[in-house]
Order: sequence, then C-alpha cells, then structure tokens
Amino acid sequence: MRVPLSWLREYVDLPATQTGRDVQAKLISAGLEVETVEQLGADLKGPLVVGQVLTIEELEGFKKPIRFCTVDVGQANGTGEPQEIVCGARNFQVGDKVVVVLPGATLPGGFSIAARKTYGRTSHGMICSSDELGMGDDGTHGIIVLPPETEVGRDAIELLELVDEVLDIAVTANRGDCLSIRGVARETAIAYGLPLRDPALIDVPAPNAYGYPVQVTDPFGCDRFTARTVTGLRPEARSPIWLQRRLQKVGMRPISLAVDVTNYVMMELGQPLHAYDRSLVQGTIGVRRAQEGEKLVTLDGVERTLHAEDLVITDERGPIGLAGVMGGANTEIADHEVTEDGVNGTSDVVIEAAHFDAVSIARTARRHKLLSEASRRFERGVDPQAAAAAAQRTVDLLVLLAGGTAEAGVTEIIAPSAPHTITLPAGHPDKVAGVDYGRETVVRRLQQVGCDVYGQDELLVTVPSWRPDLADPNDLAEEVIRLEGYENLPSTLPKLPSGRGLTHRQRLHRRVGRALAGAGYVEAPNYPFVSEQVFGQLGLEAGDPARRVVKLVNPLSDEEPALRTTLLPGLLGALRRNDGRGSHDLALFETGLVFLPREESRGATHLPVDRRPTEEEIAALNAALPEQPRHVAVVLAGAREQAGWWGKGRPADWADAVEAGRAVAREAGAELIVRKGQYGPWHPGRCAELVVAADGAERIVGHAGELHPRVVKALGLPERTCAMELDLDALEAVGDGAPQAPGISTFPVATQDVALVVDKPVPAVEVEAALREGAGELLESIRLFDVYENAEQLGEGRKSLAYALRFRAADRTLTVDEASAARDAAVALAGERTGAVLRG
Amino acid sequence: MSAPNKSYDPVEVEALKPEEIERMRDEALAAFAAADSLDALHEAKVAHTGPASPLALANREIGALPPHAKAEAGKRVGMARGAVNKALAARQAELEAERDARVLVEEDVDVTLPYDRVPAGARHPLTTLSERIEDVFVAMGYEVAEGPQVEAEWFNFDALNIGPDHPARGEADTFFVQGPDGGTESGVVLRTHTSPVQIRSLLDRELPVYVICPGRVYRTDELDATHTPVFHQVELLAVDEGLTMADLKGTLDHMVQSLFGEGMKTRLRPNFFPFTEPSAEMDMLCYVCKGESVGNPDRPCRTCSSEGWIELGGCGMVNPRVLTACGVDPEKYSGFAFGFGIERMLMFRHNVEDMRDMVEGDVRFTRPFGMEI
Repeated sequence: MRVPLSWLREYVDLPATQTGRDVQAKLISAGLEVETVEQLGADLKGPLVVGQVLTIEELEGFKKPIRFCTVDVGQANGTGEPQEIVCGARNFQVGDKVVVVLPGATLPGGFSIAARKTYGRTSHGMICSSDELGMGDDGTHGIIVLPPETEVGRDAIELLELVDEVLDIAVTANRGDCLSIRGVARETAIAYGLPLRDPALIDVPAPNAYGYPVQVTDPFGCDRFTARTVTGLRPEARSPIWLQRRLQKVGMRPISLAVDVTNYVMMELGQPLHAYDRSLVQGTIGVRRAQEGEKLVTLDGVERTLHAEDLVITDERGPIGLAGVMGGANTEIADHEVTEDGVNGTSDVVIEAAHFDAVSIARTARRHKLLSEASRRFERGVDPQAAAAAAQRTVDLLVLLAGGTAEAGVTEIIAPSAPHTITLPAGHPDKVAGVDYGRETVVRRLQQVGCDVYGQDELLVTVPSWRPDLADPNDLAEEVIRLEGYENLPSTLPKLPSGRGLTHRQRLHRRVGRALAGAGYVEAPNYPFVSEQVFGQLGLEAGDPARRVVKLVNPLSDEEPALRTTLLPGLLGALRRNDGRGSHDLALFETGLVFLPREESRGATHLPVDRRPTEEEIAALNAALPEQPRHVAVVLAGAREQAGWWGKGRPADWADAVEAGRAVAREAGAELIVRKGQYGPWHPGRCAELVVAADGAERIVGHAGELHPRVVKALGLPERTCAMELDLDALEAVGDGAPQAPGISTFPVATQDVALVVDKPVPAVEVEAALREGAGELLESIRLFDVYENAEQLGEGRKSLAYALRFRAADRTLTVDEASAARDAAVALAGERTGAVLRG
Repeated sequence: MSAPNKSYDPVEVEALKPEEIERMRDEALAAFAAADSLDALHEAKVAHTGPASPLALANREIGALPPHAKAEAGKRVGMARGAVNKALAARQAELEAERDARVLVEEDVDVTLPYDRVPAGARHPLTTLSERIEDVFVAMGYEVAEGPQVEAEWFNFDALNIGPDHPARGEADTFFVQGPDGGTESGVVLRTHTSPVQIRSLLDRELPVYVICPGRVYRTDELDATHTPVFHQVELLAVDEGLTMADLKGTLDHMVQSLFGEGMKTRLRPNFFPFTEPSAEMDMLCYVCKGESVGNPDRPCRTCSSEGWIELGGCGMVNPRVLTACGVDPEKYSGFAFGFGIERMLMFRHNVEDMRDMVEGDVRFTRPFGMEI
C-alpha cells in the first residue's frame, strides 16, 4: 500500500517537522512494515509554470515531426514576452494550457534546463510530459494538457503537487484495514497519540424503499449491499488534478472520472466500489452463486466460465460482475466519446458498495487467477460498516466533480450479525508478554484501536468492525504489547528441563561428515530434483525400484519433475561442474534424504484442527508420504593422491570408493560385508555390494566401485569416475552400541608370515576369514600385505596372498611351537575352505 | 695381576722410571689428539690402552718391583693411565659430537616444501553453521528434532493455523507433490518451512517441549544471486507452563550473543504469521558496526547497509489454535517459536555474496570452511 504523506496529514495533524522517515520509524515500531519512503520531486527545482500555447509552427525536414511554439507564461520568465520552445509532442493545440519548465530549472533525475539550440531554433525551456516530471504514467504518452481554467503563470510544482513523500507499506495478510489511507491514518494517529479525523464519519441518509432494486439470495456470501444512483453526469467531466495526482501517487492510473472516483474512495476508505452504467443494467440487481458453466466477460475482456461457488452480481439477463473481484464488460461505464451518432458516455450510474465473504472471494480470485485491488481487500477483510459511507463519499464526489444529481433512493441490504466480542482476562496480555502492564493500560490500548471494553478482571471486548483479524485473546494481547512497544519487552530466559543432547542418529550424521571430510572429501549438498532420463543414463534396468519416483505437480523445470531416489545424479552433477571449472582431482560427498514412493499409497486427507488427531489419523497421514531414508554418497575422479616432490601420485580408484563405505560403516559401528556385486551404474568387474546382516538376514545397503564406462560417457564424467552410495539409516539400525575394550596382553608378540596361492576368483575376504577361524584365539591380528600374480611362478589363473599373522596369549609368552601350530591350523583351514596352498 | 715377586730384576724395571711413564702418557695423549676420526681414535685406543700398549705392559711390570718401590710406581702408572683414559673419553665424545653434527647437517631438508598429497576435505558451511546453531541450544537443554521433507499439507499448513483459504497459503510458493495416480491434489507438498516439525514434536513428545528444528525447505523460487528454491531453516519451539514473550526475547538475545559475541542483542518488530500470536519480525544488531554506521556516512557498513540492524527472521508466541490442533491445552500451556534462514546468516556472517555459491558444490567455495564454522 502506497501512502502519500500529504494525504495522511489530511486525517492526522502530524507536527510539520515530521518527515516521511520519522513516520516510517513510528509505524514500523507499531507493526506496519514500511519498506521504503519515496521522495517525490526531491531534486526538482523551478521555474516550472503553467503556460498557454500561442502559436505552433510545424518544422519540416526532420526525421520526426517537430513543432516550434510560442507559449505565454505570464510574468514567470521575467519579461512577459512569449517563450519560444521546440517540442516533439503532438497531443496539444493552440490555446491549450501546458506545463512549461524554464531555463535554470532542474527536472527529476538532475536534468538541468538551459536555453539550447535544437532543430535549427533555440528552445528556451520545455513543454513537459508527466514522465519528465516524475508523476508516473497518465496514459497520454504525451505532454500534460491542463484544464482550460488553469491560471497562466502559476507555479506548477504546487499545482501538480510534485513534491511529496510516499510510504510504501507491505501490509500483512491480517491487516486488510491498512489497505486504505484511513487504516494507515488510524495507526499513525495511535502511534503519535493524536486524534484521527475518520473520513468514514460522514452523514449518510437512511435507507429507503426508493433505491435501485437489489436482491441478495446468498446472505452468507454477501452480508451487506448498498446501492446508490447518481444521474446527469457531464460525460466530458474529467478528474481534477488533485484527484489524478493522488491516484498516481498510490500507484493507480487515472482513467475516467467515474472510475477514478470509485478508485479514489477505495483507496481512501478501503471499501471496493463498483459503478454500473445504469442504462445498461436491466432490472433488479441480484447477488447469488453462479450456475456451473455460466459465462461472463469481465472488464479485462476475458470470457470466464463460472464455477458454482463463484459469487456473482446479476441483472435480469444473468451475471454482470464477478462479485468482489471484477465487474462485467456488459455494464461497463462508457467514457466520453464523440461519434457520428452524437455524444456518447455514461450519464447515470448505479454505485455498489457491498461486503462479501473473504473465503469466497479468495477462492474465486484464485480459481480465475484474477487478483484485483478489490479481491485483495475482500480477502484480507473490509470494514462492513464503512460501505454506506463509501457509497455516500462516491456520490458526493460525482455530484461535485461531474455535476450529477444524487437520487434520493438508498438501497441497503444487511444480513443481521452481532459484533464480535471476546472475553479477555485483564491480566492476559501481562501473562503473554511477561510484563506488568496492569488493567488500566490494557483497557486504554484496546480502546485506542477502537475496541469497546467493559468489565473488571474479565474484560468483555467488542472489536471494531474494521478489525476482523481480532478474534482471539492473543490477538488482543498483541495489540496491547505492540502499542506498549516490543522494544520495551524485557529479556528473560526460561528454566529448561535437562535435555538429552543429540540422538544417536544425529551424532552419526555428524561423525560421518567429519570422517569423510577428514579423509579428504568435500561436502556438496545438491538439489533433489532429477529428470527421469537420468535413470537410463545411470544404467538402471526397467524394473529397478529406484526408477519409481515421487513427482512434483509444479516443478521448477519440466526437465526435472521428479525427486531423487539416489544421491548420485546430483553429486555426479557437482563433480562434472567442478571438473568443468578446472578442478580435476575431486572427492565429493553428500548426505541427504532420498524419496521412495510406497507400494500402496493414497493421498493425504485433511484433518480437523480443533482437536488432536488420533493416532490412526496421524498414521494415515504418514502413510501418504514416501519413505525418506538418509543416504550417504561419495564420488571421486582424478588423483586421489597428488604427485609431488615426495614421489608419484595415485589416481582415485574403486578401492577408495569401497573404503569410503567402510569408513562410514566404522562410524556407524556396523559390520559391513563387502562382496562382489553387479549394479547398473557400476563397472561390472569393479563393483562392490555393501551388505549388513540384521536379525539373521542380509540386506544390501549400497554399492561402491568404479562407474560403468557407459555411465561415465552418458553423463559426461571424467574417465574412471568412482562412486559409493549407501543407506545411512539402514547402517545406523544395525550399528552396535558402545565399543567394548579389548584385553591388552603385555606378553611378547609372535609374528608369522604366510603366502597362500589360490585361484584368482577366490575373494581375499574368504581366505582371511578361514585363516582367522583356523588360527584360533591366539591370533591377535591379521593383515594382507601383498597380492601377487605371476603365471610363470604361480600357474595360470592363480594369485598369491601374503598375510602377516600376529599371535599373542593373554597369560604367557608363546613358544615358537605354539605359534607355528596355530599358523599351520590357519593354513590348513584356508586350504580346506578355499583351496589355498602355501607358496613354495 | 702378577703375583708378588720377591726377587726382581732391576734392569726390567727401567720402564717404570717416571720419565718413561710420562713419555708413554704424552705419546698416548698426542695420538688421541691427532686422531681425526672415530676409526683413527679406535686405532690409537688399541695402541695406547690395549693389552699390548706400553702403559699396560708397564703396569704389568709393577709386580716385579721391590716392595718399597711398588707403591710409588703403581701410583705413577695409575695416574698416567687415568689421564690417558680421560683424554680418550674426551676425544671420543668430541669426535662423536662432530660426527653427529655432520650427519644432522647432511640430513637437512627444506621444511617449507608444500605437502598437498591428499588435499584436505571440508564440510559444507550450511551444515556446520546449522550445527553450530543447534549446539547453542543443545547446551541450553533443547533437543534437535527432525521430520520428513515431503510432508502432508496438514502438518505444513492446517495445523499451523494456515487453513485452505488462508491468504498466506497461496503466498507460500509451494511445490505440490503428485498423488500416486498422478493427481494434482494429493495433500502432500515439499515442506515450505521447518514448522511442521514443530507440530510433529508437539504430537510425539511429552510436555514440556523444547526443540530446535533445522533442515531443508522448498519454495518455488528460481535460483539467482539472492534466491534458491531449496534452502535451510532453523526453527525453535518451546512449549511449557508460563512461557512469555520476554522469554522469547531473552532466548533470541542469548542466541545472537553465542553466535556473534558479547554485547549483541535483538530487536522485535510487530508482524503477522498465522502460527504465532503475537508475532514479530526479529532483527539482530549488526555485529560488524554495532549500529555505529547509522547516520554516519563517513563509516558506511556493507554488512547492514548502514541500517544498524540485520533482519533475521520471524518469531512469536505459539498461536493457541496451533496448540489446540496438537492436543495441548492452551489454558495451561503457552509457547514461543522462531525461525530463520541459514543461507542468509551464512551470507552476512561470512560475506558470501552470491547465493549460487552455496548451492553449486564448488570445492573452491567449501574448502576454506573446514570442519567447523
């Protein structure tokens, strides 16, 4: 809402010294978000005067038509001689009154005016357009032509009210009353402790039976309808400058007198109004719900198919307006126009000032994607008691400015309603704020905002008609607290019960991040939006569960309508982006939710809010949501270890990816089974399946390794990109509790190395498991320190695995024989299980 | 040691003359001093202190002396050998020190060589800033609550007093989720704020409830320098008996002091949110200029645009209607809540100038933030 300070001052006697900035600070502290204070005409300097065009000479031979004019500016130029001015505009003629800026002046934007040569003549100033004066659009696209009665030589800065301050207020959804100068003036008056001259407090004639006939068949949708008629409007009457200027300052474009007046009154009082051309309305005006499929062409020229819930204004023929949103074209007021048939233009109007149900208007506006100044106000709450005053104000202005005659008939239909009353314990605001305001202050503040207050300890508060947002005791508490000043609230701390700190899951999430960052990975969180094509690029088979996605109704990009089921698309995108920007040695990680639709799912129902939902209702809501487990993923490309003065580097490979999985599992305290796997995105020979065991069953929780060359190509990734992804929540579920301390023997260690030859496909993990089991409890640790393949020495298809075994007993020094016996048992079991033989 | 000898040969004891012994001693000392390496010293040691060395032989001859001469000769030889051994040890130490020093010199390296064999990793500053904020409240006794990001509208809107026709619902820039049949009215959305976690906390937890809810939220804004459709919020909820707006103010003050240092404070301005009543917009004192740039054109402040205050987010007393929807008796309990965006705080706390830097995952952006923030 744009509020000119000059207009505000009409209703509140602000001290002359108060600037827009001062008012802004006061209003912000009272709760109105004044975003900016626009300084109109701040750098404007005269002389800027009214002139009358005396002669026009058309200059030929230029690219565009140019006029050389002489203009009478009275004594404003010091000589009284006509001012010679070159002008490119065409929308004026000899005798017109125009705005002339004389040499020595400065126009908005710091544009200095001096006599200058142009088009072969000397121009001593300029004839001005509204744009050049910073007035906003007046729809003429030319220079300003003033009413003929304007006095020549008069100062135009004052005439056009060019210097002003405009507060721009972002009005919150609950304060419909502040979408009017009246409402903002009331807040200003309260903030300054000054009286308000309420523009709605005007004499209104009592309703009678002679008014324009109106029938409201839906009193819930329309609880108030006032109709007034004004006849004999002079069709050629124009809005006076002051009215046009006020509309421009609040951001509206002057159109025609009748429209301008209804807009003006709406801005002044907050009551949306509509003026029908009486000659085009046939019979009784009605208010009802539309019939499904009914058609109406609205003022914007769009034909709209109506919905059965839309509230419409009708005449005998059918809808003539979308109630509270926009009028219909069929009863539109016609502007003054001279045609062969004579002079056209509306001379008689019916004025509607009604009050409609906020929800109904909101739905209709949304349904038809038609947000108007009227709907914006009705949706947020309009003062129903101001309707009659607004109608009267409109009538008065039309009579005054267009020479019309107000008809005596006054139609007013009011659905009976009681004023809203709230019972408020007098101490409630104190309890909410934690401040002792006391009853007296509470009552005084509530009265200031317009409430009627009765009672002692229990206050009976009747809220004013313009504040439908005041519905609960806390709403009233807020009024008291904000007017007493939020800045005066003390600062105290509640006494909390002891908390239990982070949950296991939360700590794990942090640990995983630290462990991966400690291992050189950089965290790169990505948007969860993915295309469905990406699953094909990742090599997922048609039936892969990861292809079942949650989709958005209104995605930002139609290319990416789905939510991720895997972290890989986003993380690989980040890898590619970094690579493209010249960072080639990359190790990235991400932890985040993925979204997996449930097999059976229905939509979420809407539950009531006047009670706690039952456990079944909550369960049903949750069942409508996809599963959202937290995953962790890493991607690697380029060098894992850089080459440098210390020696050679090492490219990132499948083993790094698998190790990242192990590192995450270690943090989770989960025993991770790594075995050879095969899954779409990964290289079939270099893919590890990451498995956990829980309740006797094994579950695949992720994969790691080098990506499939096809995937690398399809996604434009660096060669040999590696990746790991696993379900962190699943790992957490199987994680052990606290680690148990091992017994530490201080007896000497006995070390035995063995090299075992096995067939190549035998996984090292199985050899090690057999060695471990065979060695028995004397084995302290085992470590694979070499893998060796050499067909000549070992035979085709064979490999040698060299292990260091460390034996130690808790209670004695082991003899060589004991250690050797344990080693032999280990080798024997490995031989039995995996066909391993000691390397000769 | 040789046995006592009563019959002795005066000729043989010639070697025990004082001048002879002095000569032997001096020769040994000279040999040690001349030894320029540990090997040379070892040779000299064998020659002058070994079993075949003159002094050793002389010592052996003491036994052959007449009893009256034995004591004096023994003393003389003993002193000579003592001096020799001492000199040997000293030279030995000297040469070893020289050798050690030389080795250390030879092993000299350029310690300024860089070592970026495995460049350091880092966590994303949005993660670590969120954790930093969580920790402030966990230390006060709050617990961290989490919830789904794809959320039922009832949790995201209705229970928060944003009914189906509430103007705020239309203004929320919501991503709607398709129903299982592709329908557009599934009642499921991407959460537009972390407030649904407050509702879940009130439904799931015993009263009193003191939780902090960090997490990702979604709005249909295009990504540009100041907007991102996916961003992060932290919200706080406290519901207990007798909580007041002053408690809210104190909690906010404590937070900004913990995050930005002593002397920091917050300012509340009235505002409107459906889920709080009374509601306020919260600002914090500019931690850079402490408000001193206001009206002081000589010292402009980039961080707060010389406003003196930085807008943080929204807050207020939990609307009793929200408590009712969660089955909490608003006559007995009251609560406060606040929420703000992590991206914004990261921008003004760490001078991030473009929102896109936070979402693109460029390692050059993230690395400097390390493990904690």
